[in-house]
Amino acid sequence: MWNKETIAPRAGRWLLAAGLALTLAACSSADKPQLDANAGNAALSGGAGQGGPAVPGSERDFILNVGDRVHFLVDQWSLTPQAQETLRRQAAWLQRYPSVTVRIEGHADERGTREYNLALSARRAQAVKNFLVSQGVAASRISTIAYGKERPVALCDAERCWAQNRRAVTVITGGARS
Amino acid sequence: MGKRGFFRSWPALLAVFAAWVTLLATPARAALEVQITRGQVQPVPVAVPDFLGRTQDEQVLGQKVAEIIRNNLVRSGLFRVIDPAAYIERIQRFDTPPQFGSWRVIKAQALIVGQVAVLPDGRVQGAFRLWDIFAQRQILGLQFIATKREWRRIGHKISDAVYKAVTGDEGYFDTRIVFIDESGPKTKRVKRLAIMDQDGFNLRYLTDGRALVLTPRFSPAAQRIAYLSYATGVPRVYILDLATGRRQMIGEFPNMSFAPRFSPDGRRLIFSLLENGGSNLYEMDLATRRIRQLTNTQAIDTAPSYSPDGRFVVFESDRDGSQQLYVMPVGGGPARRISFGQGRYSTPVWSPRGDVIAFTRMRKGRFAIGVMRPDGSGERILTEGYHNEGPTWAPNGRVIMFFRTQRGPNGGPHLYSVDLTGYNERLVPTPNFASDPAWSPLLK
Repeated sequence: MWNKETIAPRAGRWLLAAGLALTLAACSSADKPQLDANAGNAALSGGAGQGGPAVPGSERDFILNVGDRVHFLVDQWSLTPQAQETLRRQAAWLQRYPSVTVRIEGHADERGTREYNLALSARRAQAVKNFLVSQGVAASRISTIAYGKERPVALCDAERCWAQNRRAVTVITGGARS
Repeated sequence: MGKRGFFRSWPALLAVFAAWVTLLATPARAALEVQITRGQVQPVPVAVPDFLGRTQDEQVLGQKVAEIIRNNLVRSGLFRVIDPAAYIERIQRFDTPPQFGSWRVIKAQALIVGQVAVLPDGRVQGAFRLWDIFAQRQILGLQFIATKREWRRIGHKISDAVYKAVTGDEGYFDTRIVFIDESGPKTKRVKRLAIMDQDGFNLRYLTDGRALVLTPRFSPAAQRIAYLSYATGVPRVYILDLATGRRQMIGEFPNMSFAPRFSPDGRRLIFSLLENGGSNLYEMDLATRRIRQLTNTQAIDTAPSYSPDGRFVVFESDRDGSQQLYVMPVGGGPARRISFGQGRYSTPVWSPRGDVIAFTRMRKGRFAIGVMRPDGSGERILTEGYHNEGPTWAPNGRVIMFFRTQRGPNGGPHLYSVDLTGYNERLVPTPNFASDPAWSPLLK
């Protein structure tokens, strides 16, 4: 007969691990392509309207099929494995369309002070730029800007929103197809 | 006055005539003072009848000036204003001593009697006498003259004089607050540089909201404001001259410059510059535009603030792994860490008195405003909650203003003031959300 006392903590550990996996899944879903007001200022003109296939080389193609953003852990600017995967796709896409220029917009969540968050979000933008350059994208095609906690995309006062706000977004500034 | 002459006019046109009114008694504040026992303030009960005036216009102004003074004194937490409805004597003449007995009956310890006159050239004159009810004598008598446009400052000048006579400290009522006005939804917040009197009146916008602006700071003469603007695409420090309305970018650095603050003599500006994957502190001589590097790290060194004697700088850095406070000689040189409590320490601001440094502390998801001595000892938390940030000092080093953000998707920041003791916390009225307050020095 099984002893419940010895089983319970084990089951607990598995539950915990399952919970962790769920969290990770949630994180990576946040890494998935998404469209929002802050994604870019140009109209999403690539492709036949909303929901249609994106024209290869268009901004819409980049956002939907490559992923325009990566996320960061609390108070961190190092790139997670998922972030590196996204950025490898971005680098490959940027090499396929060499006339495209981009601006990396660094952001922080609201749980920090103003000046530090500006510098932290600058570090995040710089980390993304450095990675893209290491993947062969010319540094001259990439500019960066730091927004600190000034431009959140998710609004709840909980970690699931703050995690989405700790991000660096690659915004196309020119050279994309329409 | 439009944008021009906003401050410049004060010394020139309104020439604070702080003339001693006749009948002046020897200034003595032995009998009348604020009692502070175990941090709890015993507010001084004071009566402030409407100021006298000969014409109806003057009487209306007299009511308003008295109201400004009552409001200031109450908000300081050091005074209790007795309801004018309870006053027994109706003050008729400015030059006649009051009936002390009738004021003693309603338990007033101090009485402010004043009168307002509109001069032939349109300027406004306000005179007052501060009476000690128990000693039955005048403690102080002064008069001030202001342009018609700046008549409210008479109320603030009188409040400052009364505050000083009773508490012994300089006042802080004839001051302004520059801050960031916030409107619109959180994802598309519009931020405008705004300035208002310390009590929330005379609000004026200094930018139109098209460019993101942050962290405004006053020059020591209250004539210039340094702030961060995204106007050109690269976030940079600007200086706005309030008298001329002229804006000037401070240096064309390749990277973001931010976190500006003036030196106590107003001749230099200290700020952060992004480089090496972090930010270093630099100081610019505003006359020669020469810049000097003060720190050289890969860390984030930011939020610098001078000691009032101009000899030291306190700043935050994550050089030891997380945000902490450091003090270094103003010329650069070894920085000494002063914060060792649990949590992260940020946004240090040196008190104008020099005795303490205010800061934001983040610990276990809570944001507190506190003070510590410049050597890091004597840490004391004044307020703690979900999010309190960005302290700024009243010029007398007695009151701190900061912003507090409410939780939630539609939450936003408001300005609050709190006494150095941690008591007397009050909301500062603003029309919209407001953040990043900076308190001006006493106006001249």
